[in-house]
Amino acid sequence: MNNTLLIVLLWPLVSMVLSLLPAKEAAGKTAFALSLAGLLLSVYLFMGFVPANGMQQVMSYAWIPSLGISFKIGMDGISLLLIMLTNVLTPLIILSSFGRRIENPKAFYTLILLMQFALLGVFVALDGFLFYIFWELALIPIYFICLLWGGKDRVRITLKFFIYTLTGSLLMLVSLIYLYLQTPDTHTFDIDAFYQLKLSGSQQAFVLWTMFFAFAVKIPIFPLHSWQPDTYVDAPTPGTMLLSGIMLKMGIYGLLRWLLPTVPAAVNEYGFMIMAFCVAGVVYASCIAIVQKDFKRLIAYASIAHVGLISAGVFTLNSEATEGAVFQMLSHGVNAVGLFFIADILMTRLKTRNLSELGGIANNQKFFAVSFMIILLGTVALPLTNGFVGEFLLLTGIYMYHKWMAFFAALSVILGAVYMFRSYQAIMLGSRHLSDSDFSPLTISEKTVLVSVAALVVLMGIFPSVLLDTASPSVKALLSLINAQ
Amino acid sequence: MDLIISLIPLLPLAGFILIGVLNKKLPKGMVGIISNTTVLSSFIISFYLFLSFIKGADSYSTELFPWINAGGLHLGLSFMVDHLTAVMLLVITGVGFLIHVYSIGYMQHDEDYPRFMSYLNLFVFFMLLLVMGSNYVVMFAGWEGVGLCSYLLIGFWFKNTDYNNAGRKAFVMNRIGDFGFLLGMFLIYQTFSSLDYKEVFEAAKNYPKGDPTITAITLLLFVGAVGKSAQIPLYTWLPDAMAGPTPVSALIHAATMVTAGVYMVIRSNVLYMLSPFSGEVVAFIGMITALMAATIGLKQNDIKKVLAYSTVSQLGFMFVALGVGAYTTGLFHVVTHAFFKALLFLCAGSVIHAMGGEQDIRRMGGLKKYLPVTHITFLMGVLAISGIPLFSGFFSKDEILAATWVHSPLMFVVMAFTSLLTAVYMFRLYWLTFHGDFRGTHHQQEHLHESPSVMTAPLMVLAILSVIGGFMGMPHWMSEKLGVHHVFNEFVAPVIYSPKEFILSHTFDFSLLIGTIVALAAVYYFTRKMYVADKVVPEEDSETKSFQKVLANKYYVDEIYDAVIRKPLDAISEMFYKIFDINIIDGIVNGIPKVTNLTASAARMLQTGRLGIYLVVMVIGVIYLFAFKLLL
Repeated sequence: MNNTLLIVLLWPLVSMVLSLLPAKEAAGKTAFALSLAGLLLSVYLFMGFVPANGMQQVMSYAWIPSLGISFKIGMDGISLLLIMLTNVLTPLIILSSFGRRIENPKAFYTLILLMQFALLGVFVALDGFLFYIFWELALIPIYFICLLWGGKDRVRITLKFFIYTLTGSLLMLVSLIYLYLQTPDTHTFDIDAFYQLKLSGSQQAFVLWTMFFAFAVKIPIFPLHSWQPDTYVDAPTPGTMLLSGIMLKMGIYGLLRWLLPTVPAAVNEYGFMIMAFCVAGVVYASCIAIVQKDFKRLIAYASIAHVGLISAGVFTLNSEATEGAVFQMLSHGVNAVGLFFIADILMTRLKTRNLSELGGIANNQKFFAVSFMIILLGTVALPLTNGFVGEFLLLTGIYMYHKWMAFFAALSVILGAVYMFRSYQAIMLGSRHLSDSDFSPLTISEKTVLVSVAALVVLMGIFPSVLLDTASPSVKALLSLINAQ
Repeated sequence: MDLIISLIPLLPLAGFILIGVLNKKLPKGMVGIISNTTVLSSFIISFYLFLSFIKGADSYSTELFPWINAGGLHLGLSFMVDHLTAVMLLVITGVGFLIHVYSIGYMQHDEDYPRFMSYLNLFVFFMLLLVMGSNYVVMFAGWEGVGLCSYLLIGFWFKNTDYNNAGRKAFVMNRIGDFGFLLGMFLIYQTFSSLDYKEVFEAAKNYPKGDPTITAITLLLFVGAVGKSAQIPLYTWLPDAMAGPTPVSALIHAATMVTAGVYMVIRSNVLYMLSPFSGEVVAFIGMITALMAATIGLKQNDIKKVLAYSTVSQLGFMFVALGVGAYTTGLFHVVTHAFFKALLFLCAGSVIHAMGGEQDIRRMGGLKKYLPVTHITFLMGVLAISGIPLFSGFFSKDEILAATWVHSPLMFVVMAFTSLLTAVYMFRLYWLTFHGDFRGTHHQQEHLHESPSVMTAPLMVLAILSVIGGFMGMPHWMSEKLGVHHVFNEFVAPVIYSPKEFILSHTFDFSLLIGTIVALAAVYYFTRKMYVADKVVPEEDSETKSFQKVLANKYYVDEIYDAVIRKPLDAISEMFYKIFDINIIDGIVNGIPKVTNLTASAARMLQTGRLGIYLVVMVIGVIYLFAFKLLL
C-alpha cells in the first residue's frame, strides 16, 4: 500500500516537533528546511499521480466507529494541486519572514507548520467529521498568529474574524450532522455516503445555505467579506499570506468537494442567485480597490474581486470554468503571496504603504521593479502569465452559463488594470530618488521569494497544461457526479 | 520548416531575454548588434517565406506545444503563416529592422539604452505572435503583449509623471477594447465550439448573410480593434502616446501595433463579409474618425502630435476600406502607410534630435539647409501621404476612394474632403518646419546638425519605399497600359477575396486623378503662400479663439471623458467604500454583537436578586401553565 499521501500530510507535524529542538535563532531556518523537505515529498507525490485514476491513495481507518466516524483520506487531481499549492507556498511564506523582527520565533514557526498540517488535512479529508476537525484546526494557529504578531488594532479585529468564521463553521457542523442523520441506519460521515443521499428539494436547500455560509465567509463572498480587509491589513505578512494564499481556498475547495455533489438540485436552483452575488462582489471590490490608499488594503480588496470570480465559476457547473477555478486558485495563491510580500518590503523599509507617500523606487531598485511588474502582470491576467489562463477559462465558462454575468465579471479586466497600474506608478515610478540608505537593497532571501513567485507567474502562464491535465479528469468526474443526480 | 517558422518570433524574444538579463553588463555595441541581428534574421526568414509564397506555397502551420486544454477548449501555442501573415511579417520585421537601426543612433546616449532595445525586441516578438497565431487566443496574447510594450515604452522615461500617465492611459483604454475582444471570443467559442481560425471560418460558411450572432461577434471584435487602432471613441490615448521616444512612435504607434485592429478585421473577413451591418459600423466609425482627427491635425503645433492625429486619421481610412468590403485595399494602405508614416516619424525624430528636444513647430522653420537629408526624405513622406500621383499613398488612397464611391457617394465626398485636409495639415507642417526663417533660440540654431548616417540611412530606405511602394498596386487603367497586374491583390488573393466591383471605369479613375492633381496643386499653392510667402506662424495657445480653440483642444474629448467616466467611477468607488462597505455592510456585522450585548444587558435587569420579584414571576408562570393546559 502506498503511504506517500499520509506521509505528506503528517510531515508538518513532524516538522513542528523538530523545529522546536534547535536554538531560538535557528528556528526559522529549521522550519524552512523542513518545509522544503515537505515540498520535495509532495513533488514525489505529484510524480506518482495518475490523473486518469480518480481518487487515489485512499486510506480509511475506523476512528470512532460507534458514530460512523473514520479517518479517511485520499486525493484526486484537485486535492493534489491544492496540496502542491500549500507545500510550495509554505516554504516561501517562511522565507519571506526572514530578516523581520519576530518575537518568540519558535512559537511563530510552529504555528505556521501547524497551519500547514490543518490545511493539508482539509484538502485530503474524505470523512465529514474529519473535514470539520481540520477545518476548525486551521482557525486556531492563524488566530494566534494574527493575535500575537499582528498590528495595532489586532485584538478587536482578530476577535471579529474569529467569531465571524466560527459562526460559519458551526452552521457547517449543523449541516454535516444533518447529512449524517440522513445516511442509512448505521449512520456515517463518509463522503461517498453523502454523495449517494437522495434529499428532497427543501432538505437540499437547507444543507446548501448552512454549508454555503461557512464557505462564503471563508472565501469571502460579497457581502460576507467585511472581516477580510481589516484582518488582511492587520495580520503580520506571513499570516496574510497564509490567509489569502491558501486558507481561503479551503472555502472554494469545500464548495467543489462537499457542497456541489451533495446537493446538486439546490445548486441548480440557487446557483444563479449565488453567482449574482459573486459577480456583484467582483465589480464592487474592484471599484473599492481603485480608491484605496494603503497598498495592502488595496490588495485585500483586489483579492475579494479575484476570489469572487473563482466562486462564480464554480457555480457554472461546466468544465471550462471549473478547471479555470482550480487553476485560478493556484495562480491567485502565488500572486497574492507575491503582492503581499511587496507590500511588506515597502513597509519594512519605508515604514509606509500609503500610495501618496511612495514613488521613485524603480530608479534605484531595478530587480524589485522587474519582479513587481511581472507579478502585477500575473494579477491583471496578461496572456502568458498564470492569471490569464484561469481568468480566461473562468470567463469563458461563465459566458457559456450566462452572457450578462460574464459581461459584468469581465469588467474586472478593465478595473484590475486601473488599480494595479495606478498603484505601480505611485509606488515605483516618478522622479523621487531613494538611495541605498533610504531603501536598502533586497536581501538574498527576499530576492529568492520574488524570483520564485515571478518564475511561477511566467511558467504557469506558458505551460499551464501540466496543471490543467492533472485536474482535468477529476473535474470531469466531479461534474458528472453532479449532473448524474 | 516548423522550426524556421517558430524562429521568426523566438529570435526577437531571445534578444529581449539576453539584453534584458545582461542589461548594462553588455557593451553598448553588443546591445545594438544583438537587438538588430535578431530582427534582421526574422526579416530574412520572412522574406524567404514570402518567396516561397510567390512560388506557389499554400500556407504553413506549426504547433509549439499545447497551451490551454480544458473542457472543450483545445488551444495550442501554434503559428500559421499564410499570404496575409506574410505581408504583415515583411512590414513588421522590415520596417521594424530599419527602426532598430535608427534607434542605435537615437537612443545610444540614453542611460537606459539596453532597456530600450530589449523592449523593442519584446515588442517585435509580441507583434509577430499577434500576426502569426493560428487561433484567436494566440492573437490575443500578442495583442495584449504589444499593449504592454506600448505601456512600457510610452513611459520609458518613467521619472516624468505625464509620461507615466500617458502610458497608463494607453493601457487602460486598450483594455476597454480588449474587453470587447474577449467577449467576442467567448461568443465565437459558444457558437463554433472552437477558436481556431480554420475551424471557425469553415463553420461560418454555413451561416446566412446577416446572421445576428455573426453580427454580434464582429461588432465585439471590432470594439477590440477600436481600442488598439485608436478609433472613436477610444482614440485619445494615441496622441498622448507621443510621450514615448520617437522610434517608438514610428514603430508602435504608426507602422505596426496600431494596425493590429485592421489586421484583425482582415483576418476575420469571412465573418465580416457575413454581416453587412457590422461593415457599415466599421466604415462609419472609420469615416468619422478620419475626418475628426484630420481637423484636429490642422491646429496642432507639436510636430509629433500632428503626425499622431494623422495616424488616427489614416487608420480611419483603412477601416473605411474594410467596412465597405475592400479588404485588400485596407491591407495595401497598411503597407504604404507603414512606409511613409514610419519615415515621417523618424524624420521628426531627426528634427527633434537636432533641435535639442524641441517639438513645437512654431520654434522651428528654415531647417531645410541644416538638415538636407531629413528635409528631402520628409518631403517624400509628405508627398506620399498627401496622395501626390505616383507616390505610394496615392495608389492606396485612390483605391479607398474608389471603393467608397461604389459603396456610397456621400462617404466618398467625406473621404475625399478628408484627403484634402490631410494634404493641408501635412504641407502646413512641412512649410513651418523646413521653410521660412528659423524661429528657435540662438542656442538651438548653433547646434543644428544633420543626424548621423545610422539614422539617415533608414530614412533613405523608407523614403525610397514611400516613393515606389505604391506600384505593387496599380489602378486598372495603369496596369492595363503597362501590361502588369495588381501584384498586391494577386499575392493576397488566396486568403482575401477582393471583389471586382471596386474596379471602376477609366473615366472615373481619370476624373479622380485630375481632381486630385488640381486640388493638391491648390493646397500646395495656398499653404505655400500662407506659411512661406506671408510667413504666417500659428499663434500662441493663449491667443487661439472660437472654433479654432475647440480644434486646438481636440474637441475637449479628454475633458469630457474625465467628467463622464473617470470622475463618476471614482465617486461611485468612494461611495461603495465609505458608505456601503464601512457603514452598511460592516455596520450590520458589527451591529449583531451590539444587539446581543443590548439584549444581554436588558435580560440582566431581571436578575435583581430580590426574592419577592422572583416569587411573583414564578406564580405568574405556574398560572400561565395551568391556563395553557386547560385551554388545550
